[in-house]
Amino acid sequence: MKIVQKSIKLLTLVAIALCSFQSFASDSGKKDNNQNDGGVVDTKSEVDKYIQHHIQDAHDFTLFSYTNDAGERKHVGFPLPVIVWTSEGLKTFMSSKFHHDDNGEEIVTAGNVKLAKIHGKIYELDAGASKVDFDAEHHATNAHKVLDFSITKSVFGILVVGFLMLFWFIRLARQYKKKSIPTGFGRALEPLVIYVRDEIARPNIGEKHYRKFTGYLLTVFFFIWLLNLAGLTPLGFNVTGQIAVTAALAIFTLIIYTASGNKHYWKHMLWMDGIPVFVKPILAIIELAGAFLIKPFSLLIRLFANITAGHIVVMSLIAIMFVMRESLGTVGSTGLSIVLSILIALIEVLVAFLQAYIFTMLSALFIGMAVEEHEHH
Amino acid sequence: MYNLIGAGLVVIGAGIGLGQIGGKAMEGIARQPEATGKIQTAMIIVAALLEGLAFGALILGKGA
Amino acid sequence: MESLFNDFSPGLFIMQTFILLILIFLMVKFAWKPIMNSLNERESGIQAALDAAENAKKEMQNLQSDNEKLLKEARAEREGMLKEAREMKDKMIADAKEEAQAQASKMIAQAQESIRSEKQAALAELKNQVATISVEIAEKVVRGELEDKKKQLSLVDKMLGDVTLN
Repeated sequence: MKIVQKSIKLLTLVAIALCSFQSFASDSGKKDNNQNDGGVVDTKSEVDKYIQHHIQDAHDFTLFSYTNDAGERKHVGFPLPVIVWTSEGLKTFMSSKFHHDDNGEEIVTAGNVKLAKIHGKIYELDAGASKVDFDAEHHATNAHKVLDFSITKSVFGILVVGFLMLFWFIRLARQYKKKSIPTGFGRALEPLVIYVRDEIARPNIGEKHYRKFTGYLLTVFFFIWLLNLAGLTPLGFNVTGQIAVTAALAIFTLIIYTASGNKHYWKHMLWMDGIPVFVKPILAIIELAGAFLIKPFSLLIRLFANITAGHIVVMSLIAIMFVMRESLGTVGSTGLSIVLSILIALIEVLVAFLQAYIFTMLSALFIGMAVEEHEHH
Repeated sequence: MYNLIGAGLVVIGAGIGLGQIGGKAMEGIARQPEATGKIQTAMIIVAALLEGLAFGALILGKGA
Repeated sequence: MESLFNDFSPGLFIMQTFILLILIFLMVKFAWKPIMNSLNERESGIQAALDAAENAKKEMQNLQSDNEKLLKEARAEREGMLKEAREMKDKMIADAKEEAQAQASKMIAQAQESIRSEKQAALAELKNQVATISVEIAEKVVRGELEDKKKQLSLVDKMLGDVTLN
């Protein structure tokens, strides 16, 4: 009975999803040329452009695109809401209004503001302009960027992962109320929770303080790990490869270890013991730079660069299929591409975990430095 | 052009460093197998710091 | 570096901060706290159970050693008792032997004594009888001899010669 219920639920979800895909596809049918991800991807420069497009954030969720018999470009996916703060305040509309245009040609009018999307960014046209003009370097001359609070693909991914985490772990928490050993999926989650607590939080922060920070570390660990893994699926998320996301994560860690730093931490940073007085200010500057710039910067760059690099490598290896078709033949290039991309994808699964682990671990280490107690002073 | 060469040099350096870290960690583990966990943790932290440096250089080199 | 800043989307940054803040709050409140509490509870429960088992084991060991001690004592006691009994038996046998010996020797001595006294008595009677007979004989002889004076005198002489004055 339960299985039947579950499968009915699943079927309903799939049906709803397919309907929305279909509507999106038909909606976008009329406009087809001039798209960044459109058409054939065959040459090296096209592959490069495609990859660049992929690792950027997007305003709609496209699973794949194809050209039908009538020569129309079809996109299968669904639009996401665009929320922008323009000179006239908050404007909201669906991203389908851009009709997959990414070159600033489709102008969306919301109230009195004209908006265009160029390379994944939304620009507001200056007053009086009806069309975006570009200079030689393809920078818009008569438009400026707006603050974009859209539910972009990344925000969508963040929300999905957030809800998944809430769903899984609240269910796990509920299971403990009935019995002390979880069942089903909770049994897989529990060792991970214990791992983060016992291998990351406890040894790095110390027995006395680790309880306060375990919640943050667990949240960040699962958040990063699940988003890294989501990036490996064909859904094409690249959330942890967005520098804004990793920056936000790093700044959270920065705020936490700065706010929880004890007397010794600040004394050690600003006026270190046991060195000549004239060196102290210099060291203080170095220590401050280390704490407020280098540590968070290394955290955010590491995660961003690893994940972005992973995506670029996987996509480049897949592109071997097209780029090397002439030199290796269809079978050869396809085989090489499949073998290499499977190997790299496996490594990426490891990297997905490793980067989540390292981010959490270093956060715990920095927090541990801040709350460490110096008995020997 | 020069910034790319610079980034390449940093990557070479980082590669040597990573090799050193890994090799020394292996040596340490071989010498004291009971300390494997601690050595691995320390190794990963140092490797992560080094990797951050290398990536920083790559990004600065590519974007500059 | 420039492209890095160009890629940075302030809107996404704000959204991420906002969502992460809410997520951390919700996760800590509804998931991590109860999970951690139950885990700690369970761990302390397991620890308590382990401690109890350890205690029970120790107690068991104590009991066992107590038992062993008791057993040892009992065995020693039995050994002692056996030894004592054996000793007693030996002693009794020896005593009995000794007594029997004494009795026997006493009886023998008594018998010897009575034999001797019987003998003595018999000898005395014999002596008496011999003496009486001798006296009678002597009377007769003397009567016969003493019918003649000479003979009488020579006899006295002879007898006197025989008597040694001791």
